[in-house]
Amino acid sequence: MVAIIDYGMGNLRSVQKALERVGGRTRIVSTKNGLSRADKIVLPGVGAFGDAMKELTRLRLVEPIKKAIDEGKIFLGLCLGLQLLFDESEESRGVKGLGILKGKVKRFDFKGRGSRLKVQGLKVPHMGWNNIVQSSELGVRSSKILKGVPDGAYMYFVHSYYAEPMDKSVILTTTGYGINFVSGICKGNIYAFQFHPEKSQKAGLKILSNFVRL
Amino acid sequence: MLTKRIIPCLDVKDGRVVKGVNFVNLRDAGDPVENALFYDKDLADELVFLDITASFEKRKTMLDVARSVAEAIFLPFTVGGGIGTIEDIRSLLKAGCDKVSINTAAVKRPAFVKEASRRFGSQCVVVAIDAKLCTKYDVRSTKKWEVYVNGGRTPTGLDVIEWAKTVESLGAGEILLTSMDYDGTKAGYDIELTRTISEGVNIPVIASGGAGKLEHLYEAFIRGKADAVLAASIFHYREYTVRGAKEYLCKKKVQVRI
Repeated sequence: MVAIIDYGMGNLRSVQKALERVGGRTRIVSTKNGLSRADKIVLPGVGAFGDAMKELTRLRLVEPIKKAIDEGKIFLGLCLGLQLLFDESEESRGVKGLGILKGKVKRFDFKGRGSRLKVQGLKVPHMGWNNIVQSSELGVRSSKILKGVPDGAYMYFVHSYYAEPMDKSVILTTTGYGINFVSGICKGNIYAFQFHPEKSQKAGLKILSNFVRL
Repeated sequence: MLTKRIIPCLDVKDGRVVKGVNFVNLRDAGDPVENALFYDKDLADELVFLDITASFEKRKTMLDVARSVAEAIFLPFTVGGGIGTIEDIRSLLKAGCDKVSINTAAVKRPAFVKEASRRFGSQCVVVAIDAKLCTKYDVRSTKKWEVYVNGGRTPTGLDVIEWAKTVESLGAGEILLTSMDYDGTKAGYDIELTRTISEGVNIPVIASGGAGKLEHLYEAFIRGKADAVLAASIFHYREYTVRGAKEYLCKKKVQVRI
């Protein structure tokens, strides 16, 4: 059973519907017990980093999530759910993230004086369809979660922040928007994407289908 | 690379699509799901459903529309028309739509934009701006446009550029910019208006109003600096398909998702 964590941040229904479409058995959970019954966990989410951590703390889910990952349950973080895996975010200074992966979350900054990126007129949020470039690391190429997803496939993004992992070996995919930022992560049983597979038509559903079958 | 988006817009009245795909073999041309599926296959990047339901009581039908569309397609879609409260937004997002477009309510009470974006995130708050050229401007100075509300019936005295900057600072994630002067003319988008706003703010701008041929889409992107284009009739009446439009743009070196 796939547990989708409900912590009041964002549209769970679209994630749930997409997972069900590809054959997943899902349950929306917001308690420690709900997590312990699942063999896979999805942390979706849109909104602010600080609010999200506040809600996860209020629901006493922070430790159970870490424990579930330690126990080897397969974890999928989506959008904000990817960012929350890290130590901290420029969006909510002073707020600690889950700290499961080392690194921090930064804001796209194209406004700097004389910035080459400003000249290109890049907007924030990064919104729309952009392609994912699969890392050339051997481990990534054999990653089951991207099986059948063409390199360069278009995914739907909407975000103003991106994660910068300290350990580069966790990088599964990158995407170019002024800079090459990390759009997909894989470390052991942890998977996370900055884009919304549930809104990315066939290619996105393929990822979710792979996830359900991991 | 981030691609330019093409967004078909469908008008919905009492839960039925009244301006949607025409002359196509849809079993039921008024069915929002059939329309959504059609555009999903046609490579639309997003969809916008504009609720033109007149009566307040029937507004709730839009929730059913959102629910059934979200069930059928895995593509972002926006609902606009008559959204005035945080509760309206919450219900629509819960029903499965990804963004809401706010127009009149934002002008009436700008703090609404701030509350909405703080509550649900900027990514789901689109502010729709209906712009009309001020005729009384000094020809030697730069052009000015005025914000209209209530479906283009009521002038507000607000300057479009100022208003666009204001909604950006209030947390809007995107601007849906409609030229009232060009809407329905099929003479092309208002390039000057689109470029002025797109360069004036740092959030994406969707150009709307005036599309008549594919060249117009190209101009909106290249000269108008639009991040996305909205179009209704050129797609509904099958003059062009979204796929065809993308093939055209692709040939002209505009980055699109094909």
